[in-house]
Amino acid sequence: MTDFTATPAIRPRRDGVASRLSDLFWRRPQLLLFLMLTPPLLWLGIIYVGSLLALLLQSFFAIDDFSGLVTYEFTLDTYRQLLHPANFDIILRTLTMAIAVTLASAVIAFPIAYYAARYAKGRWKAFFYLGVMMPLWSSYLVKIYAWKLILAKEGIVTWVFAKLHLSFLLDGLLALPVIGGNSLSISYIGTFIVFVYIWLPYMILPTQAALERVPVTLVEASGDLGATPDQTFRTVLLPLALPGLVAGSIFTFSLTLGDYIIPQIIGSSRLFIGQAVYAQQGTAGNVPLAAAFSVVPIVIMGIYLTIAKRMGAFDAL
Amino acid sequence: MRSEPQTGASFPLKLAAGVGIAFLHLPILLILVYAFTTEEKSFQWPPPGLTLKWFAVAWNRPDVWDALWLSVKVASISTIIALVLGTLAAAAVSQTRFFGREAISLLVILPIALPGIITGIALRSAFSLADIPYSMWTIILGHGTFCVVVVYNNAVARFRRTSGSLIEASMDLGADGFQTFRHIILPNIATALLAGGMLAFALSFDEVIVTTFTGGQQSTLPIWMLQELIRPRQRPVTNVVAVIVVLVTFLPILAAFYLTRDTDEVAGSGK
Repeated sequence: MTDFTATPAIRPRRDGVASRLSDLFWRRPQLLLFLMLTPPLLWLGIIYVGSLLALLLQSFFAIDDFSGLVTYEFTLDTYRQLLHPANFDIILRTLTMAIAVTLASAVIAFPIAYYAARYAKGRWKAFFYLGVMMPLWSSYLVKIYAWKLILAKEGIVTWVFAKLHLSFLLDGLLALPVIGGNSLSISYIGTFIVFVYIWLPYMILPTQAALERVPVTLVEASGDLGATPDQTFRTVLLPLALPGLVAGSIFTFSLTLGDYIIPQIIGSSRLFIGQAVYAQQGTAGNVPLAAAFSVVPIVIMGIYLTIAKRMGAFDAL
Repeated sequence: MRSEPQTGASFPLKLAAGVGIAFLHLPILLILVYAFTTEEKSFQWPPPGLTLKWFAVAWNRPDVWDALWLSVKVASISTIIALVLGTLAAAAVSQTRFFGREAISLLVILPIALPGIITGIALRSAFSLADIPYSMWTIILGHGTFCVVVVYNNAVARFRRTSGSLIEASMDLGADGFQTFRHIILPNIATALLAGGMLAFALSFDEVIVTTFTGGQQSTLPIWMLQELIRPRQRPVTNVVAVIVVLVTFLPILAAFYLTRDTDEVAGSGK
């Protein structure tokens, strides 16, 4: 038997600064809470939110056309400039791309997520999980660079099409107006493929999480009641997976709206919102217009998040 | 009545899932091949020959070493800041109820919910308004901001699973607040913090969008790569650096996965 008398079960009170401080925190938990919250709030509140507000403020100033300097007077002129055809085209182009990328990601992500959620067990489950996580976390630039190698005119895609004697298909695709181009790496098709590739894991993970919560018995019951696999998919699986898909689409949509590196490296020379922000604040030196441009994704995401919240997407995050 | 649940997946589903996973991985594998190519000027496929020469060339490039060193410093310091701030915020949000608690979780998540370019340009205009010169510390200010969230997410999940009665028991047995933290709370959240820290390191090590705005003339490794992508100087060296970056980011991610694999909240499912 262990001797319980050797050490007291309840430790004696220690004396010292640490002990007294600890007592103080115990008596006044608000003080401890205050001390715990101050550092993160100072950092995020001052550095981050402060900068954001400063940025928003600048969008209400305008640049003087003659001197090129910012006039610090409240005006909506800068926002009016967003409606100029050239600028409005940039917004429309980015929105179209974001929608296309989101839809394509959802279509590609669903089978992977469904297989991983329902059929993969044990080692295969870990394999699928890592199989999605590794590309998600591996270097963003390296992934873009890899696609530059793949889509280049002398690269592997051209080679594969040539080996299969299908070069005419690739040429036909590139000959299409607007989305085509001289090679895949300088066309909208290229930009689209790379966007889908880079954001795909963000779509898979929440979809998989939503599908894992669908009981297998529901799918079986649907089949037992005479639904074809297609009907089961449309009336049972898809509605239940929808919050997950919407949660994923928040990422694919938001990330596409704000990205400026992918279209710069793989794509035609026509600008996206991110590139416009970058160009306006850098070479053009028009910070108010850059600020106004960056308000566009914030507003679009605000609307998007409101709709997503109504569809219950936040429970699937 | 069916006695055995249906187990096998249909062939089209298997095919679609397999092709999807391959689509995610082939480009990264391809980079590995290109690191050994003898072709210097173009991205020719298949590679005309294989060589190890470019690893030696990259090894002797001081600019690559400088960029790598700066990246490691920035990522380490940002990770430490994120660990401190993220744990504090997570502890406050999960252990207590107070007014404005929801607002704090939103505030922590905001830096990665909004596109990186907005964080970047906001910080840049704030630096120029406040006349702060660009330095390693301006990069760290940016990185710290979005690294907090990964630590916070991991820590919050773990705090939620750690029973409050453990802490009360420790207090009842006479331990003071610091002893309880040292002997009860810390061992319970240690692996979550380690995993969060590794993810924060990987996130910072790879960050390029915010850094282009807060870095000035300095090059972290991703900035170095971006410059090579826009204006290529020596393509084979870029290939080699790409492989090194892949390896450096893979290891912490794998480690974070194995540290948290048996818990409900596996690290890394949100970036």
